[in-house]
Amino acid sequence: MKWLSDDRLNHLRTLVSEPDFSSTKYTFLKELGRGGMGAVYLAEDRELNRLVAIKVLNTPDITDDLRRRMIREAQIIAGLEHPGIVPVHDVGTLPDGRIFYAMKYVRGSRLDEYATQSASVNDRLRKFQAVCDAVAFAHAHGVIHRDLKPQNIMIGSFGEVLVLDWGVAKVVDERGSIRVSPRSSASNQTMDGTVIGTRDYMSPEQARGDVEQIDERSDVYSLGAVLRFLLTDKPTKTAKAICSKAMAHAPESRYASASELSADIARLLDSEPVSAYRENAFEKVSRWVAKNRFLVLLILAYLLMRIILIFTSRP
Amino acid sequence: MRFMDPDTDIGGPVHKFPVTNHSAIVNARSGDQITRQRALDTILTSYWKPVYKYIRLKWQASNEDAKDLTQGFFANAFEKDHFANYDATKASFQTFLRTCLDGFVANERKAGNRLKRGGGMDHYSLDFAAAEDELAFHAMTSTLNPEDYFHREWVRWMFTLAVDAFRQRCLDSDRSVHFQLFERYDLNDDNTDVSYASLGQEFGLEPATVNNYLAAARRDFRRIVLEKLREITATDEEFRTEARSLLGVDVK
Repeated sequence: MKWLSDDRLNHLRTLVSEPDFSSTKYTFLKELGRGGMGAVYLAEDRELNRLVAIKVLNTPDITDDLRRRMIREAQIIAGLEHPGIVPVHDVGTLPDGRIFYAMKYVRGSRLDEYATQSASVNDRLRKFQAVCDAVAFAHAHGVIHRDLKPQNIMIGSFGEVLVLDWGVAKVVDERGSIRVSPRSSASNQTMDGTVIGTRDYMSPEQARGDVEQIDERSDVYSLGAVLRFLLTDKPTKTAKAICSKAMAHAPESRYASASELSADIARLLDSEPVSAYRENAFEKVSRWVAKNRFLVLLILAYLLMRIILIFTSRP
Repeated sequence: MRFMDPDTDIGGPVHKFPVTNHSAIVNARSGDQITRQRALDTILTSYWKPVYKYIRLKWQASNEDAKDLTQGFFANAFEKDHFANYDATKASFQTFLRTCLDGFVANERKAGNRLKRGGGMDHYSLDFAAAEDELAFHAMTSTLNPEDYFHREWVRWMFTLAVDAFRQRCLDSDRSVHFQLFERYDLNDDNTDVSYASLGQEFGLEPATVNNYLAAARRDFRRIVLEKLREITATDEEFRTEARSLLGVDVK
């Protein structure tokens, strides 16, 4: 019997944990990442001859009923056609019972990696605004992401922004009540007490597992946490106020929607007053001056010329 | 520097699991003598080596004492039907066994090492020399506490048994090339120069065929590991927990 070294043991464990795609049209290539809820793999779609990212969820023990519901939810999420939302191509079950999602493979860098590069504050804000717009689109279609964080946001090769990992999203019906989500159904049939998300970016109601309280504003909270992450270097008072409003403890104190948050970011970028912050007179003037710097310089130049003319034209 | 990803968590109460059919832990309580004996053999095979190493490391037992204590522990547990007392709702079987082991060794120490080889107990044929060699290789460098060490050695032993079972199945089904490829590519520590192309040349196969054979071998190996795991866990909940631990990122 051959003794296994630590190195070989870890290698074999990795092999065993790799998904078995033999019953699908995908060929396993490599692992891209791993988190608490599952792992993402790079695979090749043999039929369409393209690369895909496949998320395999850590849930081998679901019933047929839950599987059907999960697939129905995946279909709804797959219907979110927006340039900022990574498309879901396929959903299925592996031989060991685990559910997988095949998604577009996005080349580029994650938002957390992008933020470490030399992106200016305005660039970051523009990317963040694009995230808000994608999330607002999903909300308009009754889908709440529930796991927004920099690691789930990609900046593509051409600067495009894509929100990934809708596998934990939930769908809200027309009456505003929650339908079973892929993740909650996989983990917990009753949903009560289910905690889904990532601690640093999770709203208080999510952290409590208060499923009934989770709505668009829970995503707004997570967006606020993403914004806070992006603006760690000396944020302005206005930016801080936007973060604070988005991350208010009580949902009713937050922005009512991702669109409202996006609108405030647009105003911040345009040096307009934002809804989250009441300016004093001095700040109003400073902002007006900053926004109209060219005009102010022109007026100052004009006044200077007039003064020079007055003095030089004296007999 | 790469970011440490904050993990997405999923919590809440765990729901029911399907029933396990092939558990040696369950069958150890069987009224049927043959079924019961087979189950006890499986438990012995699956645990004796980590038990021996654990006694050596945690209890600082000498080589000879550890042999006697290992033999005595299993003989005593089987004779007195200790494993029938296992309650899957309280702990994993592995934890239960380790707790029983600690109690047994503590009692034996208190009683002044009365267990001696051939002292009336059943005697099992176990390769202690191999276990001793392995200990010499890695125990001294281990920074794990005894409980984590026991778990890690159990994982190592389970994979070793799975490799052995896989080898046997390949031989039985006339697929020895599959195992040889697997052995060369996945089991050898010194495989830095091994590629699909070089293996193809060596075995007279196209690299694509090597790829297919290895994929099939890994798939079969994975199945065997999970079979082994199912065999030595009592419930599907325990199976799932252990599987998650095995398929997770770090082995403790």
